[in-house]
Amino acid sequence: MNSLFTPLSWSDTGFILTGVMNTVTISIVAIVLGTLLGLAVGFLRAESSKLVNVLLGGVLDILRSVPLIIQLILFSTFVGAMGYPLDPFVAGSIILSLYTMAFMSEVFRSGFDSVHQSMRTSARSLGMTYGQTIFYIRLPIGMRAVFPSWLGVALSVIKDSALVSVIGYMELLRTSDQLISRTQQPLMILIGVGIFYFIISYPLSSYGRYVERKMAI
Amino acid sequence: MGALKKHSSDPFLTTESGQGMDYEFHWNVVFQNMPELLNGAFVTLHVSVLAMLLGIVIAILLAIAKMNNSKPYCYIATTWVEIARNTPALFQIYMAYFGLGALGIHLSPYVAVLSALVFINAGYLTETFRGGFQSIPSTQYSASKSLGMNSIQVYRYIILPQMLRRIYHPMTNQFVWSILMSSLGILVGMGELSGTTQRLQSLSFRTLEFFMVAAVMYFIITKLVLFSSSLLSRKLFKGEI
Repeated sequence: MNSLFTPLSWSDTGFILTGVMNTVTISIVAIVLGTLLGLAVGFLRAESSKLVNVLLGGVLDILRSVPLIIQLILFSTFVGAMGYPLDPFVAGSIILSLYTMAFMSEVFRSGFDSVHQSMRTSARSLGMTYGQTIFYIRLPIGMRAVFPSWLGVALSVIKDSALVSVIGYMELLRTSDQLISRTQQPLMILIGVGIFYFIISYPLSSYGRYVERKMAI
Repeated sequence: MGALKKHSSDPFLTTESGQGMDYEFHWNVVFQNMPELLNGAFVTLHVSVLAMLLGIVIAILLAIAKMNNSKPYCYIATTWVEIARNTPALFQIYMAYFGLGALGIHLSPYVAVLSALVFINAGYLTETFRGGFQSIPSTQYSASKSLGMNSIQVYRYIILPQMLRRIYHPMTNQFVWSILMSSLGILVGMGELSGTTQRLQSLSFRTLEFFMVAAVMYFIITKLVLFSSSLLSRKLFKGEI
């Protein structure tokens, strides 16, 4: 018994820190890529015809209506079966970014739409080009309006990044899972993990609520 | 091939071959197991409906506690809401399954997932309910009182109908969210749609086929829920939302 399970010790710090770093890395990658892709797709949806919108909306709908865990398993099995097995980090980043994109595009689309038509027309009548109205009028004004929603999506991505553990990426929950099976001290380790997520998430969500309140006034 | 070997210990990556697109789809085994998959889908719906109902009841209590000025209740409600909103769902499920197990409380996978979902639903819905309630100006209460209504009538005819309109869509979203998140039951060996899929694919090694069917089933369930929710809202609110 004693030889099988060894208690938690200071030498595990490095292992836990790797998990922390991996969670942070994949969250940042997914948020950055998801935001950029979402911005592009959101703009496309705000501008394009009904037909393109229906097609794009259908694809995004699939990403939003299938559980992330199923998407991850399907994608990593699929590329494996096709003969191009991907590193868990790469496969996880791709799916997590696409998943983020699906939510971000809705946020950004409503941001672009929130700038009223009359404001766009007046910008054009002042002699701005189409590109200038986008970069100087619709982007800054529209994006400010949706900042709280953007923050909400980003926070949920940090939390959802825990699911990438199912395809073998060593993020925080998977490291703690392995530590638990070695040390048999689930409560202490899990509470530590919970505190970590809380410390990252709570200040950001409070800030989001603060901004939202300030904008409502 | 070398890269494949690296993952071979992972239960989800069962690939037979590494060369080109020579994966052959075999759908027969999936159709043979359709009754079990449908049963899994039923468990998914079952657990999400239950999680939603219990979550609503607790959220009403928490929302009242949060709007109340009595300190201890308000603190309990705030702590609950903040923990539920700021930690991953997977963490909650691990906590219910492994964490409570360490304290000697051994929950079955079903109960563990259910309690985690109830915990999170209650946390999110508390804020929804509180926001919905506070969005109705208190002057409406006074106005109804001055028309001779008693408190119960004011809530029954004035406040609650308006509140329901404002919280209806957030509640639908929360329900869809809990259907999708119940898929985490796969990690604790629960018998809902994902867990059943995982068990069946490990018996037959038709990973892709089984998970593709599961994905389609989740999609259909979500769409059906959204569709019936919009039908119900048309019936309830007669278009004025």
